[in-house]
Amino acid sequence: MSDSPRSNSPRSAPRSDPAGRAAATPLDPSRRTAIGLTAAVGAVGGAAAVVPFVASFAPSERAKAAGAPVEIDVSAMQPGELKRVEWRGKPVWVLRRTPDMLESLKSTEPQVADPGSLRTAYPTPDYAKNPHRSIKPEYLVVVGICSHLGCSPTDKFQTGPQASLPDDWGGGFLCPCHGSTFDLAGRVFKNKPAPDNLEVPPYMYLSETRILIGEDRA
Amino acid sequence: MAQQKEIETSGLLGWIDQRFPLTSTWKAHLSEYYAPKNFNFWYFFGSLAMLVLVIQIVTGIFLVMHYKPDASLNDAGIPVAFASIEYIMRDVPWGWLVRYLHSTGASAFFVVVYLHMFRGLIYGSYRKPRELVWIFGCLIFLCLMAEAFFGYLLPWGQMSFWGAQVIVNLFAAIPFIGPELSVWIRGDYVVGDATLNRFFAFHVIAIPLVLLGLVAAHIVALHEVGSNNPDGVDIKAQKDATGKPVDGIPFHPYYTVHDILGVSVFLIAFSAIVFFAPEFGGYFLEYNNFIPADPLKTPPHIAPVWYFTPYYSVLRAVTDDFLLYWMTPFLIAFALLVLVTGRSGLIKLITVLAVGALVIGFLLIEAKFWGVVGMGAAVMILFALPWIDNSPVRSIRYRPGWHKWVYGAFVVVFVVLGYLGVKPPEPMLNLMAQIGTLLYFAFFMLMPWWSAMGSFKPVPHRVTFAAH
Repeated sequence: MSDSPRSNSPRSAPRSDPAGRAAATPLDPSRRTAIGLTAAVGAVGGAAAVVPFVASFAPSERAKAAGAPVEIDVSAMQPGELKRVEWRGKPVWVLRRTPDMLESLKSTEPQVADPGSLRTAYPTPDYAKNPHRSIKPEYLVVVGICSHLGCSPTDKFQTGPQASLPDDWGGGFLCPCHGSTFDLAGRVFKNKPAPDNLEVPPYMYLSETRILIGEDRA
Repeated sequence: MAQQKEIETSGLLGWIDQRFPLTSTWKAHLSEYYAPKNFNFWYFFGSLAMLVLVIQIVTGIFLVMHYKPDASLNDAGIPVAFASIEYIMRDVPWGWLVRYLHSTGASAFFVVVYLHMFRGLIYGSYRKPRELVWIFGCLIFLCLMAEAFFGYLLPWGQMSFWGAQVIVNLFAAIPFIGPELSVWIRGDYVVGDATLNRFFAFHVIAIPLVLLGLVAAHIVALHEVGSNNPDGVDIKAQKDATGKPVDGIPFHPYYTVHDILGVSVFLIAFSAIVFFAPEFGGYFLEYNNFIPADPLKTPPHIAPVWYFTPYYSVLRAVTDDFLLYWMTPFLIAFALLVLVTGRSGLIKLITVLAVGALVIGFLLIEAKFWGVVGMGAAVMILFALPWIDNSPVRSIRYRPGWHKWVYGAFVVVFVVLGYLGVKPPEPMLNLMAQIGTLLYFAFFMLMPWWSAMGSFKPVPHRVTFAAH
């Protein structure tokens, strides 16, 4: 007595010769077409079902709503001091530059890749399209994120020869990840991995000493 | 009346074999899978990779029971994810051991896989008919890299955060769609809670599922065509009267017992690291990763974990100067070489078009993008090996003596690139990385020519084997 699990399947029921049966039954082209069309429509539906999953990767409504402007008081800052504030999860630097620091921008002008801030990948607001890249020459406001791969550069305000920097270093920023260097206006030096100057966020002065980052009058 | 299945077993095993191919699978893959009898030291690393995979899955399951993928700050001002790792290390009974097994296992995985791949390289294990074995292996390597990268974000330390920041921003370098693509990958405008949660999902379920499928495919493909061996001899060409390869022995018990030796030695080294040097001097667990992620401050020196550093060096080496003065002349020389020596008109046309497109692309698109392309190409070029090796023999044993120096130089280049990748950027070191990058690509791109050059030694009909 055999009791194979297959014995109940319809394939092995009375006529156990599927090959012979297939040969006896003529091909029905209209059924073939119907199967093809059904499969094609099903595939379109399957592809459409991918859309919500792909879209779920985009920033959520909550993430989009975050990012209110932040205010910073610069009255207590010393010349040469750098302050970091968080705006939209990114570090924004406010640097109060000394006259020497501003002077150094003249010597770096021919060494930087985009002295006029004309590139458009991170568009510089019109009020910062000047050699000092800021509204007031004294205060530099930039997003402290390297335009190469998103590391936050380190301040290297000490001048002169030192590790990872050229011997005629006049002060600026060094990205620890891939060695891009920026001058004290956040302008990237030529032939470095970073293609763009440091981004200038939209900002405005609420008073002589209070800066609002994230909004401007434009 | 259905046909009774013909089986040789009886009792419980017979009952199972009537319903499930247990004995036949056991025979096909273990007790009657004939492997060449001349396997040497290099053949330990496949089974060791399987062992490490099991270690990673088991320890990973237990870590997930205590880990929390949450970037928000707790009452003490520490990110919850970071704090949950410290909780595992300090408060969970034996949690430190499970976590160190997992973190050491990650590095051990790459050690054994790199050695396993090198074995394939020197003995020509990727050559016909084992191309698919090799391709599945390369896909496993890609999965492993993804798995390691996603897993590295989870402790939410400084290196986790900034490493992910750099790698996700690589995608921003792609022209036109880049910036939107990187936001889509992160799920936010910066690496944050959304990023941590999706990386967790990839690390614990999505990639492991793909990885297990690929490992199964790798082994099934291998057992279909049979294992290569240090002589590169086809053992199926010499069979005895019963149809068994004369130079083959059943995988079980011969190689299962043999591999116990490899497992023992491996576990001694592995345990020594887990118990005495789990950070391995900052190479397995980086010191900066013991500081909670701070989105406002990049650590003064960031470098990926050691197993990614050769590719990271390639990324850093690509600058405008490198593309203009090194890569463009190299590619033009390569195209001329193809034009002069190539036999197929189609290949000549494709090469000239590709080189032309690349050189024009170097001028139009910034070096940052090409750095990313270079890093990707350094991995993807491995897939081409079965088709660019024109050597008439498989194994390095029967190749011209100077081929060994070529492979030796390639190993040196790979190790030097790896070393440079952990160092801070310096002009002199960057020059070395550029030379290394060029040599790395030259090894593969010129392989169709150099692999066929020189005088090859005769390959024996039987494997070289001395009974112990």
